[in-house]
Amino acid sequence: MNIFSAENLFCVRGGRTVFTGLGFTLKAGEALVLVGPNGSGKSSLLRLMAGLLKPASGILRWGAEEISEDPEGHGGRLHYVGHHDAIKPVLSVSENVSFWASLMNGGSGNGETTLGALNTLGIGHLEKVPGRFLSAGQKRRVNLARILSTPAPLWLLDEPTTALDRESITSLETAIIHHRAGGGMVVISTHSDMQLANHQVIDLAGFAETCPMLEHSL
Amino acid sequence: MNGFMTVLKRDLHLAIRQGIDSMTVVMFFVLIVIIFPFGVGPEPNILARVASGVIWVAALLASTLSLERLFQIDYEDGSLELLSLSSVALEVIVLAKVTAHWLTTGLPLIITAPLLAVLLNMNKEGLLVLILALVVGTPSLSLVGAVGAALILGARRGGVLLALIILPLYLPVLIFGVSAVDAIINGFEAKAQLLILGAFFLAALPLCTWAAATSIKQAIE
Amino acid sequence: MLHRFANPTRFLRIASIAQPWIAWATILLAGTGLYLGLFNSPADYQQGESVRIMYVHVPAAWMAMFCYTSMAIAAGIGLIWKHPLADIAAKATAPVGACFTFLALFTGSLWGKPMWGTWWVWDARLTSMLVLLFLYLGYIALINAFDDPARGTKSSSILVLVGLINVPIIKFSVDWWNTLHQPASVLRMDGPSIDESMLWPLLLMALAFKTYYIWVLLVRIRAEIISNKIRILRLRQVHG
Repeated sequence: MNIFSAENLFCVRGGRTVFTGLGFTLKAGEALVLVGPNGSGKSSLLRLMAGLLKPASGILRWGAEEISEDPEGHGGRLHYVGHHDAIKPVLSVSENVSFWASLMNGGSGNGETTLGALNTLGIGHLEKVPGRFLSAGQKRRVNLARILSTPAPLWLLDEPTTALDRESITSLETAIIHHRAGGGMVVISTHSDMQLANHQVIDLAGFAETCPMLEHSL
Repeated sequence: MNGFMTVLKRDLHLAIRQGIDSMTVVMFFVLIVIIFPFGVGPEPNILARVASGVIWVAALLASTLSLERLFQIDYEDGSLELLSLSSVALEVIVLAKVTAHWLTTGLPLIITAPLLAVLLNMNKEGLLVLILALVVGTPSLSLVGAVGAALILGARRGGVLLALIILPLYLPVLIFGVSAVDAIINGFEAKAQLLILGAFFLAALPLCTWAAATSIKQAIE
Repeated sequence: MLHRFANPTRFLRIASIAQPWIAWATILLAGTGLYLGLFNSPADYQQGESVRIMYVHVPAAWMAMFCYTSMAIAAGIGLIWKHPLADIAAKATAPVGACFTFLALFTGSLWGKPMWGTWWVWDARLTSMLVLLFLYLGYIALINAFDDPARGTKSSSILVLVGLINVPIIKFSVDWWNTLHQPASVLRMDGPSIDESMLWPLLLMALAFKTYYIWVLLVRIRAEIISNKIRILRLRQVHG
């Protein structure tokens, strides 16, 4: 069984300590919600989990293996949704999605799964539309269709509901339920209220630097 | 290999859909060469004398101009993060993007070069070596330039900065590229120069790929 | 973890003790070197009085290369071991190295006027020096081009390492280019034939330039550490 865990994470950004002593354990099928005020490090924590960012100290593990040992392997088992949607304006919606799918699967993008993913999020009719015509909410849905089109055990979603309407949020919630039912894990940072069954919560405000560290943080 | 082909295909696809971009680079290249006779005068002898240098310098500038956007767009729209998170090594992705860049800008430059060489009164032997030298030399330009393009990600005033940091690094390619043509025009062999250009490319291949991938990693941190 | 953060503090303490000593050493060495070089050494039988430019030109040219290499080593240490002091040292060296390079070019040009009858000749050494100056300028431009100083430091460290590998290749290319287009260089300072009365002031000046570099480096590193602290204080104001 997969376990994604971390201990004693220490994150420094631009000379400022963002959080210290943070740890978590996430088992297959579990969900983790990150809350906290602006600048408390929700995005940084997600980027640490993805391996985009290296912790100043502390260890992230997948099972027994440290993720820094095999960054490509780790990248291959996760889906990350960040602040940008990575939609190419000149490619059609299905081309956008199937590129990432084929990169994930090593060259075999599947038309049917792409369309299925688009339909799940209610944008199947936009399949042939170039990215430049999409609204912000539609772009976000295409980005979410990207993670639905190929399976990966770990989803890291940074504010996934930005620009989404109530209906799309419900589709996302359903998708997350399916993902977890299949043994997938999900970590979400969110401001709006998403309906997630029995999830863990990390409040990043609790891990902020408490004592002044001016001398140390140079 | 699959990852390489996927990224290469996508970049070529993007370049073809945005056709105007690589056309602009070629037009810029042609324009630089064409304005030269207005600066140095139209005498055929003088033009023939400076032809290889002018074409190479123009190729250097055109390559600098086009490289600015090599990673910039992917960086700004979040694609670069996702590319680096894929199970394909970032070095392979860099190599695929550099290959696509060379195919969409380097190759068109090589195809237009004979026309410009004729305009500048270069003879047939010189022209042949010029094309050979460009074929061996321009991939190095794309590789070295890729490092620069990765280093300036997220910087203010990217374009001029890119020129400032990579033009000095282009100097060896320029020197040997021009020298190969000059040698053949003056009745010597150009083999040594072409071999050195080839060696430079082989050295740049692993080194620049690694350096560009490292720069990208720290840029998306 | 924390000891490496504490290091700059220790550095500041040691630097403030060492700095006056190094300053005095520089003044003494430069004073003696200049006196010997300008007043107490013979004029060259070919080059006349203008040979005295050598006492500034040659050490400056040496320092230009030395600074670039030190910068690359510091940048490498900063990249691999993430030592903040190494990053600061690399950053602090760049403008000093650029000034030495400029000085070497400028004095080379002054020397060239009586020797070649012209201010500038595309001599292989001068040309390599000119390219080196632009490598420095590119580094300085890159390190200052980012809003987040940590990004600038890392980017420019990679650049200086790539540059270091390129320096011998550039030198080789320029030499090749030069032999094709020019007769051999007139400016020859190497060879063991240099007289002892000229060698001493030259070595003293070279040492003086080196201590001067250390002196300026200390000042610049201290300034950099302090400005980093100010930046962190500002950040704290923003983030509470």
